[in-house]
Amino acid sequence: MKTNDIILQTATKVVLFIIVLFSVHIFFAGHYTPGGGFVGGLLTSGAIVLLLLAFDMKTVSKILPVNYIHMIAVGLLFSIGTGAGALLFNVPFLTHAFGHVELPVLGDTSLHTATLFDLGVFLVVVGVTMTIIQTIGEDE
Amino acid sequence: MINFLILPILIPLITGVLLIFAAKRIMLQRWIAGLSSVITIMVSALLVQKVRNDGIQTLDVSSWEAPFGITLVSDMMSAILVLTTSIVAFACLIYSFWSIGEDREKFYYYAAFNFLIVGVNGAFTTGDIFNLFVFFEVMLMASYVLLVLGGKKAQLRESIKYILVNVISSALFVIAVAYLYSVVGTLNMAHISVRISEISQVAQPGIITVIAVLFLIVFGLKGAIFPLYFWMPGSYYAPPAPILALFGALLTKVGVYSITRTYTLFFYHDIGFTHQLLSILAIMSIIVGVIGAIAYWDVKKIIIYNIIVAVGAILFGISAMTPDALSGSIFYLVHDMIIKAALFLLAGIVIAIAGTSDLHKISGLIKRYPGLGWTFFIAALALAGIPPLSGFIGKLLIVKGGFEAEQYWGAGIVLMSSLLVLFSIMKIFINGFWGTPRAYKGEDTVPVRRMMIAPVILVAIAVLYGVGSEFVYPYISQAAETLANPNIYIEAVLKEY
Repeated sequence: MKTNDIILQTATKVVLFIIVLFSVHIFFAGHYTPGGGFVGGLLTSGAIVLLLLAFDMKTVSKILPVNYIHMIAVGLLFSIGTGAGALLFNVPFLTHAFGHVELPVLGDTSLHTATLFDLGVFLVVVGVTMTIIQTIGEDE
Repeated sequence: MINFLILPILIPLITGVLLIFAAKRIMLQRWIAGLSSVITIMVSALLVQKVRNDGIQTLDVSSWEAPFGITLVSDMMSAILVLTTSIVAFACLIYSFWSIGEDREKFYYYAAFNFLIVGVNGAFTTGDIFNLFVFFEVMLMASYVLLVLGGKKAQLRESIKYILVNVISSALFVIAVAYLYSVVGTLNMAHISVRISEISQVAQPGIITVIAVLFLIVFGLKGAIFPLYFWMPGSYYAPPAPILALFGALLTKVGVYSITRTYTLFFYHDIGFTHQLLSILAIMSIIVGVIGAIAYWDVKKIIIYNIIVAVGAILFGISAMTPDALSGSIFYLVHDMIIKAALFLLAGIVIAIAGTSDLHKISGLIKRYPGLGWTFFIAALALAGIPPLSGFIGKLLIVKGGFEAEQYWGAGIVLMSSLLVLFSIMKIFINGFWGTPRAYKGEDTVPVRRMMIAPVILVAIAVLYGVGSEFVYPYISQAAETLANPNIYIEAVLKEY
């Protein structure tokens, strides 16, 4: 059955970017304020699910040719790698490094290795959510 | 290197992740998994030696000091169990190469396998009660994958049961931890022990006893003690041999380890009640297990019921709480992990040859497969505890400890059970290996020689473990000393106490 979903499709094209941008904002807001990789990842996967609803699986996999299972693995590597990096400095596993760095455009910026860890969480969450949704969606 | 004790957790974790990328390239997967498994064995052996030389190793993860952060603690018991786990995992892994089949290998079998090892090693190593829960979940998630992989009808049916039981017991686990936290206000195991000692100076408060029993229910469900073993014979029956060997050798033992840890570190103030209860349940487990093992005519079922017998014997030793009984329990625990894995792998070969696990339909295997027959025979004797094989010393110490604690009935039943265990396992030998040889459909396609490698290694280790018990005993008694005297553990974790 073919439904007329032009409103949904048009709206999605705009809303998608807002959601993704907001998820990036939430991701970076983490650590000091509420937010972080987990919520950010959920928001991003929410955006992709919206895309799936508005269009279909084929179109979406053409726009985003990502193997979500590999995405989980990459995310895990980021998180484990951040933790295991501590082994090189002979400090306990998962010990983080942080400090203020003067960057060219951004000026005085607080940098924290926890962000890398959170990036891993972000990728794992998106990967897992999308793998589950795709597997259920493929059943039809 | 201060991070040394985390390596047996970290190596399988990284391996598991790398294996996700290599999912479709089977030979590459085997090489990566095999190599990392060998490295894990070497690292855990070094860890055992390090604990022997320098005492208990601790690591405050993320540099948060104990008791505020999560602490990993490697005392002798956990180091020995991590080493045994690594060895069993290696054996199951190389057995899988020739028996598990390409379909599973392409669908993340080796990755799930490694994540299971992460969970088991983590559970043995952690010094934080909530972190123990987390590692339980890691282990269970991986075991769900391994159980359901293949998608046969029996597997799906048993997976649902298995998941239901474990979800409920995990919920109970969190509830029990929450109760405990509300009473003592800490999650660090050493700190919990200190706090419980403080409030139990006159007598152990009733609430602590309630929590102790709650923990016994939670870990008893995982460790399959009476009357919580009901899910096990069915669920363990479903998956193929190497997965069954992993589950039988490792998963139930994590439950046993957790009972041991909590009952020697936290709840030792009212032994008259809590340990009496543990001892009754342990003896009931032995009786029920033996009845099951004798009653069935199915190779897998007989060995599965023998798990329950072993769990009972180990926990009986723990409940006696004498130094001899504790060493006996640790000795027997290690023995049982090795020998159960070997027996399940051997049973797997028998089933692969005969195409069935029904003893009525198998006979005369020793004619064509003498190596298989005799290896099985030695493994059977070791399981029953015939001297000088590995089961003997453990059981001897448990029984001795039982008599010292004046639990004559229990010790007598442990002794009697050995005889019946021998009978149940000899039933497989007599009916399956003796008698007139039969021709089985498709037996020529089974790579018996290659499949024999892993069980032969395990049986050889079991024999050496028994014969060389003089050499092993100092390690075991060091482990038992920590269990018998919680202050050693507490001082190692919370330096200033």
